[in-house]
Formats: sequence, C-alpha cells, structure tokens
Amino acid sequence: MSMLEISGVKKRFGDTEVLKGIDLNVEKGDVVAILGPSGSGKTTFLRCLNFLERADEGEMVFDGEAYHFQAIRRREIAHIRQKTAFVFQNYNLFLNKTVLQNVTLSLTVVGKMKKDAAEKKAIDALRRGGMADKLDAYPSQLSGGQQQRVAIARGLATDPEIIYFDEPTSALDPELIGEVLSVMRQLAGEGMTMLVVTHEMEFARSVSNKVLFMDGGKVIESGPSREFFAAPKEARSREFINNILKDR
Amino acid sequence: MNARVWEIMVSSFPRLLGYGLRVTLPLTALSFSLALVISVIVAMIQYAKVPVLRQLCRFYIWVIRGTPLLVQLFLVFYGLPQLGVVWAAFPTAVVVFGFNEGAYMAESVRGALEAVSRGQMEAGYCVGMNYLQIMWHIVLPQAFRTAFPALSNSLISMLKGTSLAATITVMEMFRQAQVINGRVYESLALYSETALIYLMFSTILTWLQRWGEKKLDHYGGVK
Repeated sequence: MSMLEISGVKKRFGDTEVLKGIDLNVEKGDVVAILGPSGSGKTTFLRCLNFLERADEGEMVFDGEAYHFQAIRRREIAHIRQKTAFVFQNYNLFLNKTVLQNVTLSLTVVGKMKKDAAEKKAIDALRRGGMADKLDAYPSQLSGGQQQRVAIARGLATDPEIIYFDEPTSALDPELIGEVLSVMRQLAGEGMTMLVVTHEMEFARSVSNKVLFMDGGKVIESGPSREFFAAPKEARSREFINNILKDR
Repeated sequence: MNARVWEIMVSSFPRLLGYGLRVTLPLTALSFSLALVISVIVAMIQYAKVPVLRQLCRFYIWVIRGTPLLVQLFLVFYGLPQLGVVWAAFPTAVVVFGFNEGAYMAESVRGALEAVSRGQMEAGYCVGMNYLQIMWHIVLPQAFRTAFPALSNSLISMLKGTSLAATITVMEMFRQAQVINGRVYESLALYSETALIYLMFSTILTWLQRWGEKKLDHYGGVK
C-alpha cells in the first residue's frame, strides 16, 4: 500500500483553475521531483498537501486513512501536519527564536517534551543539517543556506514520515545551493520520503526516483526519473527538458 | 525671583513629587496595563477576523477615537451616576484612560501584527502548532517589537494625560498644584514646577524605551 495517495486534486483562485485534477502515489522512501515551468501549479499542489492552501476537490490517503480535501476536519489536518514537515522557499525560520529554539519549539509546545530531551533531539537533527555549531545564533545572523539547513533540521526533529520541499534552493545565492542540496541528498540516501518542487534538474535527475511533470495545472507526465530524463514520452516534457538544458 | 516664590517652590516640590510618585505614576501604570490588555485583545480579534466581535472592536475604536478624552471622563464620572452607575474618581480615571488609550494602542498592535510575515504563521502550522500557540510564541513577540515605539508613545502621552483626572476630583499631581496655588497664587512658579516633574518622569520613560528597544533587538529585529 502506498504511504500517500493523492487523487483528483483541484484548486481554483477566483476564475483561474490552477490545479485541474492531480494524482500522485508515493511509496515509503520515494523521492519525488515535482517539475514544471513557473505557473504550472506545482507549488500550489505541494501547499495543498499540507493544507496551507485548501484544495477544492480531491482525496488523500495517508497512513491508510482516507481524507477528502473539501471535508477534512481541523483535527485531522493537525494530525497530518504532525507527521509531515514542510521546507519553504524562503525558510520561514522563527525570527525571534535562536537556531536551537527554532527546532525545540514544536517539541516542547506540541510534543510536550522536557526541555533537556527536546534539546538533545534538536541537536541531533541540527547535526544532520550540519548546523549544530550555531545553536545560539538568530536567523538574521545566518546565511540563506544556513537558514535553510536549520529549517530542514526543524522539520526533521519531529520525525516526519514525509518531507515536502517547496523550491528549497530558489532563494539562495548560487554558491549556497550546494550545501542545501547535499543535506537533502543525504536524507534521500537515508531513505527519507521526500516531495521536492525544484528547478534543480541535476538534483532531480540524480536524487529523485520519481518525477511528476506539471504544466498548466495538469500532470503532463509522471513516472520513474530515469525514464523521464532519458526518454520523456510527452512532447511538452521533451521541450521543457531541452529548454532547461539549453540554458546551461 | 524673590525669596517668597523661591521658598514656595522649594517647599512645594517634595509635596508635588510625592503626589506624582504616589498617584500620577500608579494611575498611569494601572491605566496603561488596562490599555495594553484591551489593545492586544482588540487587535487580535481583528487580526483573526473574528466575525461580529470584529465589528464591535471597530465600533469601539470609532467611538473612542472620535470623542474627546475630557468628555469621556465627564460622561462616566458625572453622567453615569444619573443611570445609577457611581464609581469613585480614581477607578473611573483608570477605566476611562485605559479604554481611551487602548483604542489607539489597538491600532498600533494591529499594524504590528499585520507586519509579521505570513510565512511565520505557516511555518508554525507546519510544525504542528495551533493558532494560539503560534500567536503566543511567534507572532505576538515579533509584533511587540514592532509596536514597542508606538506603545512607548502611548505610555508617555498617557502619563501627561492623567493630569485630566484633576477635573474629576482625583487628587493627583496637577490637582495638588492647583490646590497649593489656590493658597499662594503663584501660578507661573507652581505650574512650571509641575511641568518640570512631568518632564522628569517622561524623560525616565524615554530612557526606559531606549533600553527596552535594545533588549528587544536581540534577534536582529524584524526584517
């Protein structure tokens, strides 16, 4: 059984239908690269999965439980969010909290952990992001790459079953992208289930095992990454890959 | 300045200062605390877009900001007794000052809340926190930093505004100056002296503001 099954996700903003029925199956340990041109709806799709946007229609099966997007309860949303993590394009670290507090906050407030235990767990998570040496720094004192690695650690600390990444390197200076991607690559290697909206084709090709290629609010092509990059089936996919590679 | 005036000023100074410390400052502190509680609640109701209550808050701000403080004081102290509502002068002053400044401060707090990046709220939801937890740990502390200068303004303005309590028989510093003046007729000297003590108090508050801002800046302020 899949860990996460999404079917028929639709979303409109006013008169514009930005998602026209998206389906996706995710197995444990999958790294899914969600690709597509700007405005294709991939970020909206990802945000719908964590209810940052409310999809108008569609179903989700997560951990064997089925949910309807339009009828899901607040308690169910909280439950799903506690088992998932979300990494934002612009990090969204808590600006008034130190690196350590950013990671411990949900452990003590939501998980009701003791401070000592929470800090121990947080430091473990920060170590995985390579940020265990900046515990007392505030976000404003960190580079974008460092902030993003703290944000990943913050997500890891709650032992999520799946991590959503929304263009995690798009706001970074080129020389800082590598450090974030290497943390993500390591997580993928450890078997973490990840959904990654990205424009990093090389990362998508080398790390993901599945691709969801979207355009105009629809899935154009989805399947194993190797096939997608080696021999895209759809003309639109070929065009997209060629355009991206031409830029290099 | 002749010896008599000098003598009056020297002897009245500790008396005025005493009323300042024992009445004006507590009146300010109590009224400001009330205003702070009101403003945070009113601002949060609007920020969270709570139906009905939100309209009520707008109504409260509209009425309070649209009528003079002095009239509000008179209305409550001299007017309400006709409806059977009789409060002592000091509590009346605290309530009227609190609700009055609270309306202005609510707008400062609301503005500061709205200035906190939307992403902070989203990030809080994504780590599993609920609305009130996010407000308490993340949004309010950041908003407080942003609102702090405006709230300090309100505090200083309120300190001076408490002199209006003299008009509803509260024996605070300014009223005491009037009383002394009634005996000795040295308006220039006594009111200058009173002004000087207010200035001293607000100078200390200004220092406190600067110190507070530095304290609150520990995280590099809000982007």
